[in-house]
Amino acid sequence: MALGEASGLKLGQATRDAFGDALKDLGSEYKDVVTVDGDVGNSTRTEPFAQAFPDRAFNVGIAESNMVSVAGGLASSGKTSVVASFAAFLLCNAYDQIRMSVAFPALNVKLVGSHAGISIGEDGPSQMGIEDVALACSLPGVVVMVPCDAVSTKAATKAMLDHKGPTYLRLGRPKAPAVYQGGCDFEIGKAITLKKGDDITLIANGLMVPAALDAATELEKKGHSVRVIDMHTVKPIDEEAIIAAAKETGKIVVAEEHLSHGGLGSAVSMVVCENSPVPVAFVNLGDTFAESGDGDGLLEKYGLTSNEIVKAAEGLLS
Amino acid sequence: MIRVRRRPRSVLSGRKGTPRSESLQIRSPEKSEVWPESYYGIFLTGEALVASTEISQLDFEKNEGLKLSIDELKQIATTLRKNIIKMTTAANSGHPSSSLSAVEVVTALYFGGFMNYDAKNPGWPERDRFVLSKGHAVPVLYAAMAEAGFFSEDQLSTLRKLGSPLEGHPNLKRLPGIEASTGSLGQGLSIGLGQALAARVDKTSSKVFVVIGDGEMGEGQIWEALASAAKYKVGNLTAIIDQNGYQQTGSTKEVLDMGDFQKKIEPFGWHVQTISGNSMEEVVEALKTAESITDRPKMIVSKTKKGDGILPLLEEAGDTNFHGKPLPPAMAEKALAMLS
Repeated sequence: MALGEASGLKLGQATRDAFGDALKDLGSEYKDVVTVDGDVGNSTRTEPFAQAFPDRAFNVGIAESNMVSVAGGLASSGKTSVVASFAAFLLCNAYDQIRMSVAFPALNVKLVGSHAGISIGEDGPSQMGIEDVALACSLPGVVVMVPCDAVSTKAATKAMLDHKGPTYLRLGRPKAPAVYQGGCDFEIGKAITLKKGDDITLIANGLMVPAALDAATELEKKGHSVRVIDMHTVKPIDEEAIIAAAKETGKIVVAEEHLSHGGLGSAVSMVVCENSPVPVAFVNLGDTFAESGDGDGLLEKYGLTSNEIVKAAEGLLS
Repeated sequence: MIRVRRRPRSVLSGRKGTPRSESLQIRSPEKSEVWPESYYGIFLTGEALVASTEISQLDFEKNEGLKLSIDELKQIATTLRKNIIKMTTAANSGHPSSSLSAVEVVTALYFGGFMNYDAKNPGWPERDRFVLSKGHAVPVLYAAMAEAGFFSEDQLSTLRKLGSPLEGHPNLKRLPGIEASTGSLGQGLSIGLGQALAARVDKTSSKVFVVIGDGEMGEGQIWEALASAAKYKVGNLTAIIDQNGYQQTGSTKEVLDMGDFQKKIEPFGWHVQTISGNSMEEVVEALKTAESITDRPKMIVSKTKKGDGILPLLEEAGDTNFHGKPLPPAMAEKALAMLS
């Protein structure tokens, strides 16, 4: 069964497409915005902006290090630089440039990493950003956002441009189930509770949000009251929502399309341990690279499914 | 628009020819309980103290920098050299030899009429930018900034000390007038390119100057920046390679010989000049030529000597690289005497 189907969600735009549309739409109002690309603008979807505002778009070629520092230079001269590439190449190839040309000087650079996670499919592990959230979170002062669908991505794009300082926006390649209809009250660092419940909380972001909703539907059928939280901002994390979940439901499952180390699971665990220790289970990629194949097949093989979330939840509930 | 800028201290009217106090009361941190206060004496005695109270102001039109004569520039260069030695010896760490090689270029840029800036309003949006990609040579930049009036000269003695904005490598968050936080080599040319492109987007006449080390040219990112700067034909970007011939563990020829920079960089589409970079006359001429080229990025390969100004002392010490270490107090005394 496709992601989100069990909870009646329809497939919407991919988050990268929603970002591209939003960026172009905001371009007239946000006159300081410029884009810097490493020649993958038609994949990251900065292309519509570049076509609409050619004087504000720079394609520096296949040179991610230069790309990020150029974005830093533009930002140090007052621009809001949007610098986009595949999550893997942006965070891994240009990590030192993000550290020194963006994060340390706290410049207004908006890092956008597309093709995150293993759901990109056939292109395989070299193209899959599976450690990007950990790398972005490791840098002081960088806001890290992982929206789950088109509507929240559009809201996140605007929030990112409004925020003063460095941000990282994680985007996916495949079409994403539409979790939000019409609008979404998106605020950086403020989680959104999608379902209220008292027995257990499922905290997820990105594609694992629809998976969590499916899992909740299944668990509800078995008589459990399930809370589902879209934790779209990993840093700064919404401590209040996590502490409330720990105190009120006593059990938490964290699901993300990312390695086990340094992602949403780690961020949630720190808050839980420090404030209200309760059992926490994790659904993630673990500690492995994936492989080539179709995206749905990969999610299934590497355990990033609603079934795995149900299993993890039942382990805590039993 | 009229900008007001301080006249550099070393060329204040009435001060010409008056020797600055050279008394050097350096004590190492281990030997003195009152460190670093005792060190302030170097900067606040004699002529230096007079200078800091005799600030004259000079009006100049936008885009028409403060132009000093070659002799005046040489005088400032000597002041910068002395302050580089004083502040690194006081800090008991730092990279004086890497700073000394770039003195003429930095002096000419800040005081030769090539850069517009306003030391009392460092954030002036239309200012020209200076990016020190070889961030470890920041003492030369701090010395120039103090001379230009961004902060008081006595602050130089706080270099690398807890609480001081004069960090071991440039930090734009803490010191107004610093245009890029550098120290991880290879990033400055890309940052400068971004600033040059921002001026294009904003339709201002801002120019950008970047100083790169020759050892730093081993970083691949520089070559990415060379290619993309040529693509965008940024005529407001000038880069200077401070080719002092050494890097951390030895000569650049031994460690990683990059050959003839002019022959390598010209085919990228840059205007390239190769000069003797510790000659103020040649530096000023090269910057004038670069200023006249506006249709492509400009590179000046500046052949210098690491530790220029005090070479006999480095030879005597048996280390003409002298990388990343301050002059011991006795050697600093000799160096200051040599420069006087």
